[in-house]
This record gives sequence, structure tokens and C-alpha cells, in this order.
Amino acid sequence: MTILIIYVAIFVAAFFAVRKGVSKFRQMNDYTSLKTVTFGDESAVRPDRWASVISVVTIFLLWGAFTGSKWVPIHAPGPFIGDTEFVYTLEAPDGSRDDATVYARVFKVGEEVSDREIEPGDGFAKNDSITVGAWRSELLLMDKNDEAKRKDGAKVVAIDGQPVAPGDTAKVSNGTVAITSKGSLNFAPSKGMQMEPIWLPPPESVVSRVAEISEQGYQNFTLFEHLYWSLFRVVVGFALGALVGIPLGYAMGLSDWFRGWFDPIVEFMRPVPPLALIPLVIIWAGIGESGKIILLFLAALWIMTISARAGVSGVAISKVHAAYSLGASKWQLMRYVIMPNSLPEIFTGARVAMGVCWGTVVAAELVAAEKGAGMMIMVASRFQLTDIVIMGIILIGIIGYGIDILMRKAESWLVPWKGRA
Amino acid sequence: MSTLSIENISMRFDLPNGSHVQALQNVSLELKTGELMSVLGPSGCGKTTLLNILAGFLAPTEGQITLNDHLVTGPDAERGMVFQQGALFEWMSVRENVSFGPRMKGQREAQYAGNVDHLLDVVGLKDFKEKAVYELSGGMQQRVALARCLANDPDVILMDEPLGALDALTREKMQGLVLKLWKETGKTIVLITHSVEEALLLGERLLVMAPRPGRIHKEYRLPFAEMGVGQDLREVKKHPEFGAKREEILSMIWDMEEEIMGRTEEAEA
Repeated sequence: MTILIIYVAIFVAAFFAVRKGVSKFRQMNDYTSLKTVTFGDESAVRPDRWASVISVVTIFLLWGAFTGSKWVPIHAPGPFIGDTEFVYTLEAPDGSRDDATVYARVFKVGEEVSDREIEPGDGFAKNDSITVGAWRSELLLMDKNDEAKRKDGAKVVAIDGQPVAPGDTAKVSNGTVAITSKGSLNFAPSKGMQMEPIWLPPPESVVSRVAEISEQGYQNFTLFEHLYWSLFRVVVGFALGALVGIPLGYAMGLSDWFRGWFDPIVEFMRPVPPLALIPLVIIWAGIGESGKIILLFLAALWIMTISARAGVSGVAISKVHAAYSLGASKWQLMRYVIMPNSLPEIFTGARVAMGVCWGTVVAAELVAAEKGAGMMIMVASRFQLTDIVIMGIILIGIIGYGIDILMRKAESWLVPWKGRA
Repeated sequence: MSTLSIENISMRFDLPNGSHVQALQNVSLELKTGELMSVLGPSGCGKTTLLNILAGFLAPTEGQITLNDHLVTGPDAERGMVFQQGALFEWMSVRENVSFGPRMKGQREAQYAGNVDHLLDVVGLKDFKEKAVYELSGGMQQRVALARCLANDPDVILMDEPLGALDALTREKMQGLVLKLWKETGKTIVLITHSVEEALLLGERLLVMAPRPGRIHKEYRLPFAEMGVGQDLREVKKHPEFGAKREEILSMIWDMEEEIMGRTEEAEA
């Protein structure tokens, strides 16, 4: 909740800062900047690159600030670390009361810690010493060293002077103390607002994981190998899907027999999510490479078939008529008119198919695999290695984005006439 | 002497709702080599159907078409087409578009290059040879289409509203170009148009068709095409007979439209 409020505040503040401050230095004099109607004119809405930069920086700042990153100068309040104490009041069965102090030492989990040296104190309630990890809590059987025991009827009646009963929670300095139903104490040092590394590690530990796994590997394969195998499966599966799907789509666009024969199959298979095929593919082909490639082949096949079919039906009839009137044979029509004319559709389909394949391969690897990006993050999550999981997610995102950019580049290079006919 | 003869063509097809359409009824016509005929008529008169039958894209239900004494059964390079727009191949340069016909016949570059260059010169696109067609204006694209058709040296050129999508100024210039090409190449040309003025200017023979069923209503023989060759077409339009003919044909088509409207209103009532 706090994070959301901070995020919205940064959003609004950055908006005003950029509008008031920076806009003076970036006067634009192109045609669009002269438009007065921009609200409702989609073409006049251009992404504000300042906003994009601030947006990305904000995400990393918040991430760093709430994980105690060394890279970020400001931090949200962290968990309490250090020494603190509170006083409990024990009531003996005969009604007499005595105070004792609990000396707590809160340490970072994973670091060495030693107990505090304390005096036992006077009276029948003796002082205690405990150590607690940050973000953790510690159950304290305070009467172990006391002369009045709970089993004899002794009970805690106050914490730091506040009267309490079993089930209550009392605030003490740097934490809270809860009285369990059995009357023992549970000390939880204050957690602050930062995330514990097992939920969200700071950015630097994710980055250091990249270096570590690139060199030493994880689950027998280096980072590069994991990503390489995922990409390899996608490329092979997609290539096979395109190799079968495009000719099939052409056949469906050119012959009514093919159209009739394959229409029910394609129309049925198209809405089946490839992920739903994973169990069947595992039964048939196991969890090895062939199973993955069959799955990706099926994921790409229908998309490519449909886009090739759409490419054929998208040919303006006047182009076909013109080609025949110029003496083209059926094969020449195919080669010089239908194939180039369907390229834009096929590229659109290929972009979609690559995206779907990339998603499917990660999902398939999550289910069962020996190597691959999905397998890497799945295994890491079982061991609570959140930094590997986050690293994997970021790399999967970057690669997916990279694939899309490459496809777009290839498209504008191979199909320069797209959208300009 | 090659002639295009249309012998008693009828075209009738069923609709999904069980009724049928008589798109053409008993259309007969003979065109000699080098004749320029424009076809005019209200929408639904079957002029595009007639052109598609001539091109071989549609088979008539009755009658036949012969060109040079052989039967027309399908599209062929002997009958070139010029479409309204969008029939150029965007993935080819201007030169590749124009040389498409010769290349499909298996000619080598050396065989067609000279003719292609000449045709591009004739239509005024010499400097645009290597441009992509989508970089050209609408009028330039239609000039490419004309050159592409001529590069194949067809016996007959069929034009389906070739200038329909152009703005008025470009259209006038292109009308002059069509006349020039007609005179220089001596091709037989059939040109379909919506514009009465264009039909008068570009019709040595002018065919007015009537709708429902599509049939020949009246045929004119006009001097304006001959007058217009190499002339300013605006001068031709000032000719008193041009104005008279335009009024005559306009009111003829107007009456047909009125009749159709009346008939549909009756049917609806």
C-alpha cells in the first residue's frame, strides 16, 4: 500500500516536474507539435521519453529502496537490528509479583551472533537473554530460569507495565511481544518496511547471480546453456511449424479440397492453448528434446497455417487477374504474386508464433525439463533462490522482447511495402 | 485483320435465395483492329461483367467470344487488362512491373529491356524506373499499369475504369495519354467508364448499356477521339456537338436511373 502511494506520488511529481521544468529545453517544431487537438487524436499522442526513463528508474529505485540495496542512496526503514529489551511482570501463585528484563539481540540471518551477557537479577523472576533473526520471531519460555513456574500457576500479567492476558500482543520498543495461549512469550522485532531477501532480493544480488551462474552454472548447465537450449527449441519448433504450416496455408487458400479437408482441423486446433497439450506431449514423447520440439511445432503450426491462408485470401483479385492477363502460369502466379503478397501476413503470423513459442517453451520447461530457462527458475523457486528466479524472469523478458524486435527488423527489411499498397 | 467478336452473349446466375440475376442478355458486338470503344451505363448494367467475360475471367452462360477466329476460354496475354487501381505488384520496382509480361514468357533481359525503356519513356516515367511503385502518385501508378499492359503487346486492351480513382486534373492528362497510346500503337481498346465526358472523349465508338437485364441500349460513332489526338482535350470539349451529345447521353442515363428507382419503389410498395 505504501509502495503504491509512493509510486503514484512519483508519477504525479515527475509529470509536473517534466512539464514545468524540462519542457522549456525541448521545444519541438514539427507538424504534430502544432496540433491543438491532441486529446482524442491518437496520432498526436507520442510517448514522452522522459516519462519512460523516469518510469524505469523509479522501478529500480523502489526495488532498491525496499530491499536495502547498496546501489540506492535512500532506503525504506529496514528491520530492527541490534540490542533491545523489555520487562515482563510475573505473578506467582500466591499473588506476589516480580519484574524481570528480557535482553534481546536481533541479528541479520546468516551472520554470527553471540548471546548477551546478563545478570540474573533479584526476586523470583530472573532476567533472560535471547537472540532473534531479523524478520523472524522467537518463542521465550521465560519461566525456565524463574523460581515460579507456569505449571505451578505462575503467569505473566504485564509487559513493560501494560497489563496483558494470554492471546494479547503488547508493543515494546523495537518490536512486539505476544503472549501465547499457554502463557509463554513470543518476541518479534519490528520488521520495518523492507522486503526480506527470500521474498525479493536486492538488485545487486540478482546481478551477482548472473555472473555466478554464467561461470559456475546452475543444475549442471551454465546460464548461457539454459538460455541457448530454450532458444534452440523455439527456433527449431517454429521453423518446423512454418515449414509445414505455410505450404498448408497456401494449399488451403488455393484449393477448395484442401480448404474443406483441413478447415475443421485447423479451426479446432487453433483455440486449443499449446499449454494444454503439454501433458499429452509428455505422455507421447517424454520430457526430452523431441517432446519440447513437437509441442512448439504444434504451437507454431496453426498460427502459421492461418496466417499463410489469410495471406493468400488477402491478394487483391485484380492483381491475380492482371498477372493472368499478362500471361503468367499458375506456378508463376504463385511465385511472383501470391508468395510476395502474402509475406506481410506471414510475418505478422511469425511474430505471434514466435511469441507464443517462447511462452510455451518456458511453460513446458517449468513442467519438466533437464535444462532451459524455465527449468532453471522452477528449480530455483523450490529452493527459495528468489534472486535466480527474478534473474530468469528478467532474462526471459529481455529475450522475448529481443525476438520481437528482430522479427520487426526482418519484416521492415523484407516487406518494405507493407501498409503502403 | 484481327477482330474481336462478341456473339450473342448472355450471362445468368443463381442467387443463394433462389432467384437469379440476368446480368447480360443477348449482347452482340464486333470490334475491328485499332478501334477504340468506350462503354457507359448506370451501375448494374453489366459493363464490368462484359469486360470480365472479354478478359476470360468469367464464362458466359450463352454465346461466345472470338478473337482472331479462335475462341476465348480464359485469360491470356493476347488480351491485356488495365484495372482501376491496386493491380500493380508492390514488391516490384516500376521496371519489374512493366517487364512482368515478357519475363513470364521467359524472355531474357536483353530481349525486353529496350522495349520496356521505350514504353517508360512514352508514359513519361523514364526517371522512375527503379522506384518502388508505392512511392508513385496515383496517376503515375496508372501510367505504369498502361506501360505494363503494352509491354506484353496484346491484341486487345481492356480497361476497367482505369482513370476512375484519379483526381480531375490528373484524369484529364491521362485521357490525353490514352488517346496518344491508342494512336501510336494502333491497339484495339475497350474502355469502361462512369464518366460521360470521358466516354465521349475516349470513344471512337460509344456503347451505352441499360440495366436489368444488362443489354446494349444504343451505340454511337463519335469524332472526338480522333479530334483529341495530340490536341488539348479542353478544346474538344468546347465543340458544340460535344456538349449536345453529352446532354443527350446524360439524360438517357438519367432516365434509366429514374426507371430503376421507380421499379424498386414499386417492388417495395
